[in-house]
Amino acid sequence: MANTLSELTLRSSLSRLNSLKQRSDLLQALRRFFWQRDFIEVETPIRLITPALEDYIDAIPANGKFLRTSPELHMKRLLCEGAEKIFQIGACFREHEHGERHREEFTMLEWYEAHCDYRKIAGDLHELFKFCSVELNSRQEYFSQELEVLSLEDAFAKYAKISLEESIENNNFEETLCFEVEPHLGKERPTLINDYPASMAALSRKKQNAPHLAERFEVYVDGLELANAYSELTNANEQRQRFQECRDLRKSQKRITYDLDENFLQALENGMPEAGGIALGVDRLAMVLSGAKDISSVLAFGDE
Amino acid sequence: MAVIGVEQLKKNIKLKIDGQPHTVTDFTFTKPGKGQAVYRCKLKNLITGNTFDRSWRSGDNVEKADLSTRQLIFSYIEDNAFVFMDGETYDQVMLSKDVVGDNAHYLIDDGEVEVLFFEDNAIDIQLPNFVIKPIHKSDPGVKGDTATNVTKPAYTDTGLELHVPIFINEGDLVKIDTRNGEYVERVNAKK
Repeated sequence: MANTLSELTLRSSLSRLNSLKQRSDLLQALRRFFWQRDFIEVETPIRLITPALEDYIDAIPANGKFLRTSPELHMKRLLCEGAEKIFQIGACFREHEHGERHREEFTMLEWYEAHCDYRKIAGDLHELFKFCSVELNSRQEYFSQELEVLSLEDAFAKYAKISLEESIENNNFEETLCFEVEPHLGKERPTLINDYPASMAALSRKKQNAPHLAERFEVYVDGLELANAYSELTNANEQRQRFQECRDLRKSQKRITYDLDENFLQALENGMPEAGGIALGVDRLAMVLSGAKDISSVLAFGDE
Repeated sequence: MAVIGVEQLKKNIKLKIDGQPHTVTDFTFTKPGKGQAVYRCKLKNLITGNTFDRSWRSGDNVEKADLSTRQLIFSYIEDNAFVFMDGETYDQVMLSKDVVGDNAHYLIDDGEVEVLFFEDNAIDIQLPNFVIKPIHKSDPGVKGDTATNVTKPAYTDTGLELHVPIFINEGDLVKIDTRNGEYVERVNAKK
């Protein structure tokens, strides 16, 4: 009995060490990928006075400030100051998000590139997938394929019982997306979903020839949402208006609201170059590379 | 009873939905990156046993079910009701046939059971895992049949049918597993 127990402990600690090693390899691969492309790694504040206003992302209070839900606004300020290619890997925090695929504290990779849009980001994301799968020697065949591209509307038409429009009208967009559409995405190869309604992208530029749509995409692997990308909104007035709309929505739902980030809006007023940017969940990337079904498997202390 | 935010949902929590008590048998948190969180639960109605799925959004509230348990002692059957007594307060509690169901077979005079209450109504009883019952009726074993694991049908005082080894006679006391209704062993009479 004692033997069996210690064998079990040994085996589980070996698999734990193995997953820590894999994660370390992944972090190194990510950094190498960006260094090779002349990106600079930045570290921006983790405690913020004014977290980015998003309709449904809540920040965790931290002694008079808030823990960042994303480094987005500070990174864009660096673009305004002249940085052209920047990336950051670090912890972000979102209140009440906890499940098999969520943790309130998680690791995010964000990168931004000036003088381009979300199409360039999509190409780089594909390169990043290939690079990581080769470096970690994992699922190379899967990740070497071109991304499947579907509009959100087509994805609903293909997989859901109701159309995108109906799901928005019926107020069950999230349920339909999560339970009917997402499980089919990224099965054979990574799937890129684009053409989101403009109302679902507070920080993204609108499509020039179709202003009801946003220049936003999400990428899915194995039904798991891995990354969200934008052609960044650079117009200060439009950004201010969207923040205010978001504040109004949150107020009407009696949820906590945050002040507008005036430093960020001032930076936009002074001028932000056209840019593309993306936020990618590193824990989830580790999950799809290792085949883990629960996010706790890729964290050093996943059960705490 | 307390109203809670859906963020506090978890497995095994008890909720009052449409006036009836339910238990959350499975729970999934999902959230599109930019969308509202969806809390999907598998629920089981504690009275009817029906199961179904229900989703809530972040910001929604749910009501916890007021459930409690009491240790009650079985007294007697009157008309269509089972009469129990609270050993501490000596209150009488009547449980209907619907609530007791097949568990009636395992009730023992003056035996203790755990009764689950929803608000002021008893909704379920929890038996001990094992009870000792007398065998009232069973044909004698066939002579010469010495193979092991040979069983024969038998009936307890409450009419429960079970299979017992052939050496069990009418009047013997036997230990029964209430979870599957199976014979466990013969018990020597204490008298």
